[in-house]
Amino acid sequence: MTRHELDARRLLCPLPVIRVQEKMTTLPSGDTLDVLCTDPGALNDIPAWCRINGHKVIDTRTEEHHIIITIEVG
Amino acid sequence: MGPFLFAGSLARRRRHRAVCSCRGFALVLPLPLRRPKAYSMTEQRKAVALISGGLDSMLAARLILEQGIHVEGINFFTGFCVEGHTHAIRNHHRQKPKRNNALWVAEELGIKLHIIDVIEEYKDIVISPKHGYGANLNPCLDCKAFMVGKASAWMGQNDFDFIITGEVIGQRPKSQRRDTMPLVARESGAFDRLLRPLCAKLLPPTLPEREGWVQREKLLGLNGRNRKPQIRLAARFGIDDYAQPAGGCCFLTDRSYANKLSDFWQARGDKSYELDDIMLLKVGRHLRPRAHFKLIVGRDEGENNFLSGYRRQYPHLYPTSHKGALVLLTGKANSDDLQLAARLTARFSQGRDAARVSIAVCDADGHQQTLTVRPLTPNEIPPHWYL
Ligand code: SF4
Repeated sequence: MTRHELDARRLLCPLPVIRVQEKMTTLPSGDTLDVLCTDPGALNDIPAWCRINGHKVIDTRTEEHHIIITIEVG
Repeated sequence: MGPFLFAGSLARRRRHRAVCSCRGFALVLPLPLRRPKAYSMTEQRKAVALISGGLDSMLAARLILEQGIHVEGINFFTGFCVEGHTHAIRNHHRQKPKRNNALWVAEELGIKLHIIDVIEEYKDIVISPKHGYGANLNPCLDCKAFMVGKASAWMGQNDFDFIITGEVIGQRPKSQRRDTMPLVARESGAFDRLLRPLCAKLLPPTLPEREGWVQREKLLGLNGRNRKPQIRLAARFGIDDYAQPAGGCCFLTDRSYANKLSDFWQARGDKSYELDDIMLLKVGRHLRPRAHFKLIVGRDEGENNFLSGYRRQYPHLYPTSHKGALVLLTGKANSDDLQLAARLTARFSQGRDAARVSIAVCDADGHQQTLTVRPLTPNEIPPHWYL
């Protein structure tokens, strides 16, 4: 299980979702991806995208200047 | 489990899909196909649905799901889409749910959604549409052919059988007419693999209908701008809370946005753009006091924060003696222009009625000077400065 990171800061939705979608196609099941974003819309969109595409959001935390969403590849 | 018609709620159907491996009820015969492919009698047919996030494409996908077809959604991000951006940026939108409507539709329908970035390829469509623009800068006909064409390519790459859209004859005066329907099918390259379930009965049978993958009699014959049939159908399916966009699916149908884009092209001297350019047109008050420079004025804290992300790309101004807007300056400004820009910035600050307001004027390299100015009065701002 490897942990990966995706910087989607300053991107507005749906671009963070698109970048996640592109990245996820390269990752094996069980790996995790930390997505860094600044658009609060990502808090809704990335979990929604994960739900319909069989991935799991395992953590969401807000840092001072950005949000980190951790996804487990389904 | 045998052939099954999903007449119940979406949630019930989703649960069913989760536990049952039923392959739907479409019986198929060997076909004359564009793509050589060996089909079995019971092969699950697959449709890719263009999902805009609005009601029509949702209903179209739902009608096809009801016929036991495997449906996945596709949504194209052009950069002009009316989606979460402005909601995410503006303060007074912060309380609204920031959902992406296409994702919401997909989740309600229980289908996958593929969101495709077409920002670069779409430029040609906006800049020089073969079929021209609609009421504003919306190149709807070219846009539809482009999107169906992209969906057609996706269909080929992913072994899907046909494409569905939520188009309705007569719904839009330029792009959804009886005579434009075959044009989109032809120019996209989708030909008779393009099915419009909401108005299929008014059009010649497509391949999925002729081959019996879908039953034509269960499709609809909607026509015209009346939305009541769609609203009734949504109620029948138990769908509420759907998005009701006022104009179309993108900012290009918006008069104010189109004015700003025209102005941008005119000032630039050609019809090109980058993503940041068209994003900035969605945000703030835009004023062009002189032909060679423009100001973008944040209207609230959310917009100021968003604009501040561009401080290293553009000269900008903000008040230091009072609270007020962050203002980006695009174009070229001489010292007189900077005085004028500072007076306008003062106008949009809490010092608008003060005798003097101090304004920081910064260039994109970080050099800063302070100008102390008298704010412009409303009468000193001609209406034509506002874009
Ligand atoms: S409204 Fe915009 S996205 Fe929709 S068809 Fe017209 S140009 Fe394309």
